[in-house]
Amino acid sequence: MIDRRNSWKWTLGCLVAALALLGCAKQEQKSSEKNEPVQNSEVSLSGAGATFPFPLYSKWISEYNKLHPNVRINYQSIGSGGGIRQITSGTVDFGATDAPMSEADAKKATGTIHHLPMTVGAVVVAYNLPAAGDAKEPSKVELKLDGPLLADIFAGKVTKWNDPRIVALNEGNQLPDLAITVITRTDGSGTTAVFTDYLATVSPEFKEKIGVGKAVKWPVGLGAKGNEGVTGQLKTTPGSLGYIELAYATQNKLPTALLRNKSGQFVKASAASGTAAAEGRAMPPSLYVSLADVEGAQAYPISSYTYLLVFQDAKEEEKGQALAEFLWWAIHEGQKFSAELDYAPLPASVVEQLEQRLRGLSFQGKKLLANR
Amino acid sequence: MNTALQPEQSRQARTNWGDRLFRGTTATFAGIVLLIVVLMAWQMFGASELSLREFGLGFVVSRDWNPVQGEFGALPFIYGTLVSSLVALAIAVPVSLGIAIFLSELAPAWVRGPFAFLVELLAAVPSVIYGLWGIFVLAPFMREVVEPALRTTLGFLPLFQGPNQGFGMLTGGLVLAIMIVPTISSVSREVLRAVPSSYREGALALGATQWEAIRTGVLPVARSGLLGAVILGLGRALGETMAVTMLIGNRADISFSLFAPAHTMASVIANEFTEATEDLYLSALAEIGLLLFVVTLLLNVVARLLVLQAGNVGRRAA
Repeated sequence: MIDRRNSWKWTLGCLVAALALLGCAKQEQKSSEKNEPVQNSEVSLSGAGATFPFPLYSKWISEYNKLHPNVRINYQSIGSGGGIRQITSGTVDFGATDAPMSEADAKKATGTIHHLPMTVGAVVVAYNLPAAGDAKEPSKVELKLDGPLLADIFAGKVTKWNDPRIVALNEGNQLPDLAITVITRTDGSGTTAVFTDYLATVSPEFKEKIGVGKAVKWPVGLGAKGNEGVTGQLKTTPGSLGYIELAYATQNKLPTALLRNKSGQFVKASAASGTAAAEGRAMPPSLYVSLADVEGAQAYPISSYTYLLVFQDAKEEEKGQALAEFLWWAIHEGQKFSAELDYAPLPASVVEQLEQRLRGLSFQGKKLLANR
Repeated sequence: MNTALQPEQSRQARTNWGDRLFRGTTATFAGIVLLIVVLMAWQMFGASELSLREFGLGFVVSRDWNPVQGEFGALPFIYGTLVSSLVALAIAVPVSLGIAIFLSELAPAWVRGPFAFLVELLAAVPSVIYGLWGIFVLAPFMREVVEPALRTTLGFLPLFQGPNQGFGMLTGGLVLAIMIVPTISSVSREVLRAVPSSYREGALALGATQWEAIRTGVLPVARSGLLGAVILGLGRALGETMAVTMLIGNRADISFSLFAPAHTMASVIANEFTEATEDLYLSALAEIGLLLFVVTLLLNVVARLLVLQAGNVGRRAA
């Protein structure tokens, strides 16, 4: 044991050392202040909304926090509806949604809200198809489908796996004489909105009878809750077919159908075919557009942008600046995290349009990104 | 009863501050429950105002639920909630009463403790676990084994017709039954144990068999308590959301077949509330909540009346 006098000396020494360190840190902070004004104080941002891009957003947030430890971002994936409600009432700094806001919602907001496309996602048609001869064996057939056929399956007009129309698209393959168990999402979701948007684009009848929405009245099938619910039912029900996000199909190794796009090519969903879809349609100045059934040889036809919602005029300068910096990072460096999580990076032209929009964000007339 | 011994009078006779404080505090706690119920009803009523005005009574009888077209009717959900709970009760009540009678009357003493503990453990399993187990184990089993068997034996009834998909009213009801068995059986066991043993001894002394002693000596006395246990189970079945929504197939249709998918009030709220943005849509969902509240209240009132009546009958029989 150290005796009392010695312990005093120890304490004093520690104190001096600590003070010296603190002084150094202060000086360092001062020198960095000159270069990057955003770096110095703690900022916490809160956002809420879509669940569809949540894996990507949470990756961005943790990566960005490593680079900028003073910026804390909290994102609650409570669903697009909740995201829109919270941003229009101004209780969060940013919202997130898969489908663009309605005019009525935009009017409720306390200020101008911009849509910022952040990434491109794909909805895939996954299936569980037993082999034609042996019901216990999974089929080796790589299923090919087209839009009108898919619309008729989900409208309950095509009910058997060996329907002549399915057989015609999958020539040379044997399909079992088995009922198709259609599996749909029962909870309101952006995934359903994207999928029905596609079916309504390719089938006027679907558009008229069922329509587009986050929750629709499906004429056939079993409803499952969430991507994980649909995945679970697909895995356990032979002869089933449903729609889920690409990432869930990849993680669960479910077979997904090749879809015939507008250019007549059968395309598999992937990050590359998602970006190809985004390149297939010009982005209007509003920065939101549907990617359903776009042109392009490599384009996957059920792709969609997902958006962040931000105010044109920030409520607080510090927060607005931190958010704008984060978004700037997300559309540049952040895009490289997309592919590993099965999202498609934004095309270069869209990134340019986004840069313009971010430069325009302001606080009381003062631009937030003056140095970009 | 002697009036002098009633707690009301003895409390007035004494002016103990501690007692008064205690009384006030507990009364406040009891008042909070009342306040919450009233506030809940008020809040839901307010939130569903738009839908009440738009659809009126038609909301309760309409079968159409189509958010795209802005048409909302609650009948399929009311039907689904009531029928799935009934299916659950039909399966759970005999099983639970069997468990309770076995544990309180027949089982050797060393079995009772551990067995009762195991049954109550079932009540602690989170409902999402039941749901996942249902998706991966129960639903395939129902589709491959139970539903085909029911169709070949009882297929002449409209209840057991139609394609066997595994997900539907029967599977949803079955998982509900599994979830309410612990509640009903553990409360029933306590009720049966509260019956004085002189009743059993009396019946046995008169030459009754064990079954006769239980039937004539124990069950009639315990009747109102057993009904109370069933009501507790029913309450849980009506409000259960997660496991049911994972298994019931979630289609807003009314079908007589128990194999067909159905939907419940609690599931539709859980499923659609997060993504509903239009005011009317939100309001319709709030009204479903209000209806669930009303249905639960009505069923509880009916059940209370039943318990009262059973109590009278039981007392007379005893």
